[in-house]
Amino acid sequence: MVEILDEVRKEFVKDLIANGKRPSGRAFDEFRPATVEQNVIPNAEGSARVHLGKTQVLAGVKLGIGEPFADKPDEGMLSTNAELLQLAHPTFESGPPDARSVELARVVDRGIRSSSAVDLKALFIEEGKAWNFFLDLYILDHDGNLIDAAALAAMSAILCAKQPRLEDGKVVREGSLGLVKSGATCVATTFGKIGSTIVADPDLDEEKAMDARLTITTTPDRVCSIQKGCAGGFTRDEVASLIDLAFEKGKGLRALL
Amino acid sequence: MDKPKLIVDGKRMDGRAMDELRPILIKAGVLNKADGSAYIEWGKNKVLAAVYGPRECIPKHDENPYKALVRCTYRMSPFCSLEEHGRRGPSRRGTEISKLISNVFDTVVMAEHFPKTAIDIFVEVLQADGGTRVAGLTAAAVALADAGIPMKDVVCGVAAGKIDGEIAVDFGKYEDNFGESDIPVAVSPRTGELLLLQMDGMLTKDEVMRSVDMAISASMKVHELQVAALKERYAEKEKSGALGGEGDNGGGSLPSDAGGGRQGMALQPVPGDAGESAR
Repeated sequence: MVEILDEVRKEFVKDLIANGKRPSGRAFDEFRPATVEQNVIPNAEGSARVHLGKTQVLAGVKLGIGEPFADKPDEGMLSTNAELLQLAHPTFESGPPDARSVELARVVDRGIRSSSAVDLKALFIEEGKAWNFFLDLYILDHDGNLIDAAALAAMSAILCAKQPRLEDGKVVREGSLGLVKSGATCVATTFGKIGSTIVADPDLDEEKAMDARLTITTTPDRVCSIQKGCAGGFTRDEVASLIDLAFEKGKGLRALL
Repeated sequence: MDKPKLIVDGKRMDGRAMDELRPILIKAGVLNKADGSAYIEWGKNKVLAAVYGPRECIPKHDENPYKALVRCTYRMSPFCSLEEHGRRGPSRRGTEISKLISNVFDTVVMAEHFPKTAIDIFVEVLQADGGTRVAGLTAAAVALADAGIPMKDVVCGVAAGKIDGEIAVDFGKYEDNFGESDIPVAVSPRTGELLLLQMDGMLTKDEVMRSVDMAISASMKVHELQVAALKERYAEKEKSGALGGEGDNGGGSLPSDAGGGRQGMALQPVPGDAGESAR
């Protein structure tokens, strides 16, 4: 759907950026202030709420018993799902997950999987039996860059997720429990290209004017996932310099975990 | 299945060098009713792409008053893999790939010439053997050109990544499944811009960039094959006088033994009526 005000706003943002300014007054490589609160939903195995500027995301973790996938018989399962809740934005509608929400969940999932942020091998119980790690990303307030906010909330929820016990075939979620085993910590950093300018952490205004998007997920010393989104493209040299910037900006986000 | 050795004596499982592509065959104009179509055999991958449009945009609320909606549907057939993988509706993987391919063509198609319409691209993976998204995208670009849709470029793509510690291009199924990283890339050959870029694995910046560079140069080879397929298609059209004609687009049929001796698609064209074989 094309909103006429969006079209007007888009031109305004493009002009502003072309003149060296961002609507929020941020520097081009500046992220919005982020905060992370862990264990906001004590009934969940793990949870975290992230504010990234005015964007707000809640991530929740539950573990259940399941059957391993045929191609990974000795590993637990990670199921990541993103909900663009109707209360978060007027354009979010009810119904099955649309392409936007599927892409969001899969990009977050890929970073976690590649970096072994959840140690799936440690979730194996016995032949034909393993823990299913359900990671749900609840978008509460949408003001742009859902990927970075959701990935940060996800990582934070993983780091505080308690590992339930199995006693006589029953799942025990109370008492003293250890934490789910985690490998590296990964953080996503997203950049938007507006005209020939690249901005870090695009907000909703900038997303409307954005030609292309590049998300780079990093651990402290490795790139673990990349996703180019939207129309438009990046040159090879832009990708190379954005990987450097992703490592640098990733430090700031990782410090919040 | 346990992980096989992906590199032996500097060669890959199928004997290829690190920067070597699998054999690729592209044929433009293989369907009759579609406005444009293409068939690609890329190693053991077999992918069919068709384009319809610009045509009325349904549902209406997807219509854009400024430009055509460019949308792609990528699907895998239930029989495309060695394994059985079910026949339920759209998968999450398919939904994501469809969105990414739509984005790629939204960049190069001159959609502003066709406001309020839709240009539909259908990519059907008939047989899969690793790298189907770039194979599908490569075929779709040819199908769009075959449909006569104005584009800034004929996009092409190849995946690269890391297998057994080495950077290589164009992974087959086992390299895909047991490799350390997969980086599908699509390039606009005219500008060199990357229109599709995904990556997973644990790589250093240097490894990522070496993979991207290798994928870009391999894509350029794929691009030459696209151009050759389109030239061949136009030569055929000129010969049969089908250029600028109405009604059926004068498409041919799928090659029934593509690539001379390799295992072909064995789809039988209706004898003596190549122009109507899709019925």
